[in-house]
Amino acid sequence: MPILQVEHIRKSFGQTKVLDDISFSMEPGNTLSIIGSSGSGKTTLLRCLNFLERPDAGVIRVRDEVLLDAGEPKKVTDRETRRKRLHFGLVFQSFNLFPQYTALQNVTLAEELLAHDTPEWKADKSQTLKRIRDHGVELLAEVGLANRMDNYPHQLSGGQCQRVAIARALALRPDILCFDEPTSALDPELTGEVLRSIRKLAERNTTMIIVTHEMDFARDVSNTVIFMDNGRICEQGDPREVFDNPKQERTRQFLARYHGEDAR
Amino acid sequence: MDQFAQQFPVVFKTLNVGFLQTLKLFCVTLLGALPLGLLLACGEISRSRVLRTVIKVLVWIIRGSPLMIQLLIIYYGPGLLASSISAEAAASSPFLNMLRNFRWSGGEDGRFAAASVAFIINYACYFCEIFRGGIQGIPVGQEEAGLVLGMTGRQIFFKVKLLQMVKAILPPISNEIITLVKDTSLARIISLQEVIWAGQAFLKGSQGISGVIWPLFFTGVYYLAANGLLTVGFAKLEKKLGYFR
Ligand SMILES: Nc1ncnc2c1ncn2[C@@H]1O[C@H](COP(=O)(O)OP(=O)(O)OP(=O)(O)O)[C@@H](O)[C@H]1O
Ligand SMILES: [Mg+2]
Repeated sequence: MPILQVEHIRKSFGQTKVLDDISFSMEPGNTLSIIGSSGSGKTTLLRCLNFLERPDAGVIRVRDEVLLDAGEPKKVTDRETRRKRLHFGLVFQSFNLFPQYTALQNVTLAEELLAHDTPEWKADKSQTLKRIRDHGVELLAEVGLANRMDNYPHQLSGGQCQRVAIARALALRPDILCFDEPTSALDPELTGEVLRSIRKLAERNTTMIIVTHEMDFARDVSNTVIFMDNGRICEQGDPREVFDNPKQERTRQFLARYHGEDAR
Repeated sequence: MDQFAQQFPVVFKTLNVGFLQTLKLFCVTLLGALPLGLLLACGEISRSRVLRTVIKVLVWIIRGSPLMIQLLIIYYGPGLLASSISAEAAASSPFLNMLRNFRWSGGEDGRFAAASVAFIINYACYFCEIFRGGIQGIPVGQEEAGLVLGMTGRQIFFKVKLLQMVKAILPPISNEIITLVKDTSLARIISLQEVIWAGQAFLKGSQGISGVIWPLFFTGVYYLAANGLLTVGFAKLEKKLGYFR
């Protein structure tokens, strides 16, 4: 059974059609990469999944629960929206860490806020805090930052910041973790450490959607690749197929540009 | 020198009384202008276009004209206005009637009230612009990161944005506050009995001392001392918030 089904998503900003009839589905534990040129709507798609943007039409289903049916104008409460968006996590291109909190506090903040007023919290507050802290420590250790937990974001390198952001997104145990060009804001020598962390997650069968310009990485790590062009899915399939044997002319042109750059 | 030693205790006592009035105006202005400024800032970023425009025009008028003129208008304006409203006109509208009957109470209390109103409005407009900058200066990514993590609007404001805002506006706010200490002297124009007024009294003659100008110069020491304290305080605060960027 698919963990995620996206059906006929459309989104316009004013007159500009940004997403045009996007449909795809994902099996649990798989990694999906989305490639495509600038302005093709990749970020907007991730933002729709994370409820930062509301599609004009379409359905989003997670494990057969309808999270969003844009056709139904029914008003949902803020609380409902918050619960629904927790099915997804999002790692931003520019990290967006909270500067006034340490790496560990960045990771634990949301989980602590969610724990307020739960029976567990009422029964034993300090025990709950300890459990959340231990979880945060564990997540930071997984991304290789066990010795940087008490540093503030400005004391960390870009690559370290992005790994904190990954740990932070994992803290709430999302069903599907989304990455929006996680290495685009990094110096080239720092991309490796972030990609390694993501690869580790893929090996543990974390369900992930990765928007990226790192073609070799996408080909290597993902089970499926989607090539987006002008708000549409132009081609999707097994990464080897899409990269080595693109069926669409647009895909071929796009990939040729990348290979051209590699050759230079 | 002998004379100075004799005069000093008298002058010192009088200036202290004056400076108390200066401090009172300073505190009342802050207590009124900080919250009012925050309210105006919220209005300026609200969805209502009318509200935004009204506040923009108010801010333009207040920041675009001298505080001294605002003081004069607020102190003398009601009296002039009242005498220009006829009894018939007042009878036709409760608002005009209210204007016709409004007067600042006589004496120092009335002057202090008028000065407070003028200073609060004036400083609220400056604070408003600073607050607005602070609110809008926080990258949207901060809010979005909070949303994606399932935080409520309140949680995002209090746990994520507030401290960043305070840090960002601290330098311009402390600047304004230091300026306010000195600006209180403008209330001299409506004869508020603040420290400059008190110092000037010894020029014309007061308590057996007349024709001496040093008390007026000496008032500067009070401003320097107050601003010295404030500067040290703000530097401490800034340092405290310096742990993040
Ligand atoms: N809030 C917005 N208002 C208006 N137009 C927008 C908005 N957000 C995105 N767009 C437009 O939607 C289109 C798709 O943007 P999007 O950011 O999704 O592209 P992208 O594929 O992520 O590009 P990139 O590779 O540069 O990140 C662009 O033409 C962009 O200008
Ligand atoms: Mg993008």
